[in-house]
Amino acid sequence: MIANFGYTDGSGEYYIMLDTDKCNGCGACVPACRAHILELRDNEYAPLAATKIVVVKDANRKRIKYDCAPCKPASAARALRCVTACKPGAIAHSW
Amino acid sequence: MAQEFWRWKEYTWRAPDISWTDGKIITGGVDVGSVSTQAVVMVDGEIYAYANMRTGSDSPDSARKAMNWALQDSDLTLDKIHYIVGTGYGRVNVPFAHKTITEIACHARGANYLYGPSVRTVLDMGGQDCKAISCDERGKVTAFVMNDKCAAGTGRGMEVFADLMQVPIEQLGELSLQVDKEPEPVSSTCVVFAKSEAVGLLRKGWRKNAVLAAYCNAMAHRVCTLLERISIQKDFAITGGIAKNVGVVTRLEKELGVQAIKPTFDTQIAGAVGAALLGKAIAEQEKK
Repeated sequence: MIANFGYTDGSGEYYIMLDTDKCNGCGACVPACRAHILELRDNEYAPLAATKIVVVKDANRKRIKYDCAPCKPASAARALRCVTACKPGAIAHSW
Repeated sequence: MAQEFWRWKEYTWRAPDISWTDGKIITGGVDVGSVSTQAVVMVDGEIYAYANMRTGSDSPDSARKAMNWALQDSDLTLDKIHYIVGTGYGRVNVPFAHKTITEIACHARGANYLYGPSVRTVLDMGGQDCKAISCDERGKVTAFVMNDKCAAGTGRGMEVFADLMQVPIEQLGELSLQVDKEPEPVSSTCVVFAKSEAVGLLRKGWRKNAVLAAYCNAMAHRVCTLLERISIQKDFAITGGIAKNVGVVTRLEKELGVQAIKPTFDTQIAGAVGAALLGKAIAEQEKK
C-alpha cells in the first residue's frame, strides 16, 4: 500500500510516499529524519497482519509544510536523508 | 428560536428481520468523526442496527450515546457484543472499544461491503477532511491520500454555507444546480475566506443558487486534485456526508468524467460498518 502524507498548494505537490509493502519495519529512517516526523507503528491499514511499519506521526501530518521545509529543493538539493536511510526503498517524495 | 439551517437530521435504524440471539458473532463499529458520530452493530456480518448523530464536545460521551441509541428498543446490550472497533478522529476516545483502527482502512472495507466488491476508488468526504482511497476487491487499502489541512471542501464548510444562505443543508445541492450558467468557482476553498467571498458576491447582487454553485464547484475541484494523486479507477464510490449533496457530486462526476455509484443507504455509516466488519475478522482470527 502507498500512503501519501502531505499537501498540495499553489507552488506544487509535496507528498511523502511510504510503500508499506516494501517497508520491513527496520526503523532506520526514524533517527535519520532531523525533524523527527517518522515513527514505527502497528500497521493500522492492514489490521489483520500484525506488522510494524513506518508512518508520519499524527501530530506532524498537518505540519509537513514546515517540518519538511529544510529538505525541500529550495533549501537543500542533496539527497533526502529519509530516502537514503531506507534500504528497501520504501520512501519516496514527490519533490 | 431562529431556524438552524445547518442542523442535519440525526437518526437511527434497525433491521426488522434480524434476530441477534441467532447470531454467532456480534460486532460493533463506532466512528467518532469531527462532526458526526455513527455506531453500527452487525450480527454475523449483516447490519443489525445503526445510529447517526452529531459529535458533541465530549467524545467518549458521543460514542456511548450513539451506541445506546442504536441499541434502543432492542434487548441486545453492550456487554453481549463480542468485539467493538473504534475509528475516526476520536477513535482513542471510545471507552468500550476493544481496538482502534484508522478510518482509512474502515472506509475502504465499509465501501466494499455497502457498494460491492467492484469498488476500486473510495472518496470519503467527511466533516473536516477528505480522503481518497484505492482498494482491492476485498476492501483492502492499496493507496491513500489524505488532505486534512483544513475544513475546506468538507461537511463543516457546507454547514457554514447553509447558515449563511438560510437554506436547509439537505437542499443546498439541489439549489446549486438551478443555475442557467455555471459560475466561476470561488477562488478560495478555505471556509473562512470562501464565506467572506460569498458574502461579497451576495452583496453584489448574485442570487443564492449562483453563489452556492460557485462554492460547490470550488469544492469539487479541490477534491479532484486529491484524487489525481492516487489515479482514479472504476468503480468509484463516495462516502461521508457530502455524498448526499448532489451539487458537489454532479460537478465532481463532470470534472472527473467518471460516474459515482449511486448509494442505496446512508453514506455516513461506511466507516462504522467497516469497523464492525474488521472487528468481526479480528475476533474470528483471535478465536482460532
